[in-house]
Amino acid sequence: MSTTVAGICFVASLALAVAVIYRPLGDHMYRVYTGTRHARPERLVYRLIGVRPETEQTWGVYARSVLAFSVVSVLFLYLFQRVQDRLLLSLGFAPVKPDQAWNTAVSFVTNTNWQSYSGESTMGHLVQMAGLAVQNFVSAAVGMAVAIALVRGFARRKSEHLGNFWVDLVRGTLRILLPIAFAGAIVLVAGGVVQNFWDAGHHTVTTLTGGRQAVTGGPVASQEVIKELGTNGGGFYNANSAHPFENPTSWTNWFEILLILAIPFALCRTFGRMVGQNRQGYAILAVMSTIALASVALTNAFQLMHHGTVPMAVGAASEGVEARFGVANSATFAAATTLTSTGAVDSFHDSYTSLGGMMTMLNMMLGEVAPGGTGSGLYGMLVLAVITVFVAGLMVGRTPEYLGKKIGSREIKFASLYFLTTPILVLVGTAAAMATESGRAGMLNGGAHGFGEVLYAFTSASNNNGSAFAGLTVNTVWYDTALGLCMALGRFLPIVFVLALAGSLARQGTTPASEGTLPTHRPLFVGMVVGVTVVLVALTFLPALALGPLAEGLTS
Amino acid sequence: MHLPTWIRRHLAALRALLVLTAVLGVAYPLAVLAVAQLPGLHGKANGSLVSAGGRTAGSSLIGQSFTDKDGNPVKKYFQSRPSNAGDGYDPTSTAAGNLGPESVVDAEDAPSLLTQVCQRSKAVGELEGVDGARPYCTPGGVGAVLAVFGPRDAAGKVAHPTRVVSVNERTGAPFTATYEGVRVELGRDGEDYAAGLIIPVRGGAPAHPAVPADAVTASGSGLDPHISQAYAEIQVKRVAAERGLTTAQVQRLVDAHTTGRAAGFMGEPAVNVLELNLALDAR
Repeated sequence: MSTTVAGICFVASLALAVAVIYRPLGDHMYRVYTGTRHARPERLVYRLIGVRPETEQTWGVYARSVLAFSVVSVLFLYLFQRVQDRLLLSLGFAPVKPDQAWNTAVSFVTNTNWQSYSGESTMGHLVQMAGLAVQNFVSAAVGMAVAIALVRGFARRKSEHLGNFWVDLVRGTLRILLPIAFAGAIVLVAGGVVQNFWDAGHHTVTTLTGGRQAVTGGPVASQEVIKELGTNGGGFYNANSAHPFENPTSWTNWFEILLILAIPFALCRTFGRMVGQNRQGYAILAVMSTIALASVALTNAFQLMHHGTVPMAVGAASEGVEARFGVANSATFAAATTLTSTGAVDSFHDSYTSLGGMMTMLNMMLGEVAPGGTGSGLYGMLVLAVITVFVAGLMVGRTPEYLGKKIGSREIKFASLYFLTTPILVLVGTAAAMATESGRAGMLNGGAHGFGEVLYAFTSASNNNGSAFAGLTVNTVWYDTALGLCMALGRFLPIVFVLALAGSLARQGTTPASEGTLPTHRPLFVGMVVGVTVVLVALTFLPALALGPLAEGLTS
Repeated sequence: MHLPTWIRRHLAALRALLVLTAVLGVAYPLAVLAVAQLPGLHGKANGSLVSAGGRTAGSSLIGQSFTDKDGNPVKKYFQSRPSNAGDGYDPTSTAAGNLGPESVVDAEDAPSLLTQVCQRSKAVGELEGVDGARPYCTPGGVGAVLAVFGPRDAAGKVAHPTRVVSVNERTGAPFTATYEGVRVELGRDGEDYAAGLIIPVRGGAPAHPAVPADAVTASGSGLDPHISQAYAEIQVKRVAAERGLTTAQVQRLVDAHTTGRAAGFMGEPAVNVLELNLALDAR
């Protein structure tokens, strides 16, 4: 079987697997978020937290709860890293420096998992499992909670309330993420992912040629699985999912991609169920799938054609690629990780072909909506659907309505603010970096590719992705601070706008569909949402891309 | 005591975080650890260690350097891919090279990715007795790249060069004597050629060089335990000669340590180098 045919089978089998779990997982999440019964362990948790699970929250209270939980999480994680030398299992590592600890704390709380540190030489096992990995769960659960709140906004009529954040957080964590993570971790161990508490210093072996090699350990499997499932992406080790202890075989590679895609796609089903029209869920699914398949195909094509001087000299785009995965499957992983807000990597994007590397950037610039992060993908896509309805209304004189809700000036303002946040952060951040000595000093590569490294970093941070053109030296006070700000603003401003939009929608009654209503479950609408997504992104980012990867790809 | 709402909310948040940390950060990883002790999983959870002569020789998942103290290949062993992890295959500093596809001009103490590829190709070619030539590489094993100086036309090309430098070459004769009628100079340390038009020169090397792609490129982790079947194939003759075996005997061992694509379509076929070398030593 040729590499191309095998690569197509790889993508097709993933698509099939997503299709198989779409309904059961989506229905399960529907039941989790709409159920009225509280399980006994959950009641205990609510008592320990000190909240009444029956209480409903307005959008303002819901948003303040999200922010309170996140602020506390950042402070906790920051302190945890700063005192790690005094804790168990520190492996003898020093406290993390203040700027790096801030960057890392924000990074994991915002579901970004940008890493300016190298896992195996910075973080003790306890910080990894009880600090970073916990945020991998709860930041994903926060994203899902916000998405569900927005869907409730569409589903409810004349209501001030969007649900209870604490209930959504606890249920999403304990009923959705934890069981899948537990089962997935065992599967990964069966594939060879390690789960132990070794200290590399005490596990040094003598190699065949008499050299010394420190075999690292750690509770990797339990963290690896939620890193993918929660679309987080922060590697236990510096090499992330390229590391054989994180991703040992070609089938664990497939499995990890499936974990990345599972919840973001299945949430479309949950959405359809909650608004009482499964076909609306299928329409959103169709938009996501169209963009995702196109992106995966293009990334694979660019990588397999290996255009560019070094790839032509080599005869393949194999720099930074593991032999067991090969170029094609690595390209599929790269597309999946940037189409979602994951940012895990099984190969190194900085050494990709110019246009292959551009695809990973473009995926993030799309706003990570195809299928996007856990929860953030769905709410991002629903905002784009709202914008599409509005644009369509302007173009053909249709009444701007979506799911029986009028899209008035208040709604479109929140949607626009949502859309504008990340491009502003990306472009202003990149410009600031290029204008300052500290910003430029980080580039490893020269010329257009060096600019691409900086553009990639701000795109990744602002969109809460976390992958990198890793040649950029980012463990500096300047980048730790700037990218930390981008991650925080890129996460929480959109969340506030989404919840405000949700509150505004929930307050409305339902407008019955009329002659003038644009049906939002038909291929025409699907095509329009795809078009709006691509056009908005192209208009926003094409000039920046032209200076970076496009210039590099077209001149070589 | 009645606290303001915002303080109560943050206290609830703190309590939620602590409760969830106990469940997700302590109980869950320990539960996975417990299950991972079951027979069949235990060895894998502990790093898939392999032993030779009664002592642990490494992990079958983590590659090793099969070189001597000076970094020269030990000829009786199959060689791994190039590595950027520390001094090579160091699990305490896993890393990729991260140089881009147009990294073609060497800096003083940092060779470009192109030159790294050319050097490796030449060295592997010499070691294995095959042609180490590659596109865009000089016969000396550096990137064949010219900096062309002169007035630019509207398309940014230099029609009438005034000066041409082979930027990555320092000694010997330049890989090409002239360019557009202008004599080609060797590059000099400390000179900046950024003002010139950078032109990589393809040369006449075959598009499918004898030295395979994975032999001249580093992996993402720097710990890649595998090489391609093609790279193993060109090493068989050398290893057989060093060990006094027939190539057929060595090839059989290579085949025995080759994993095909999982389920027939996932990943690429690959040869586990450490396991193969252990099997050779055990003969």
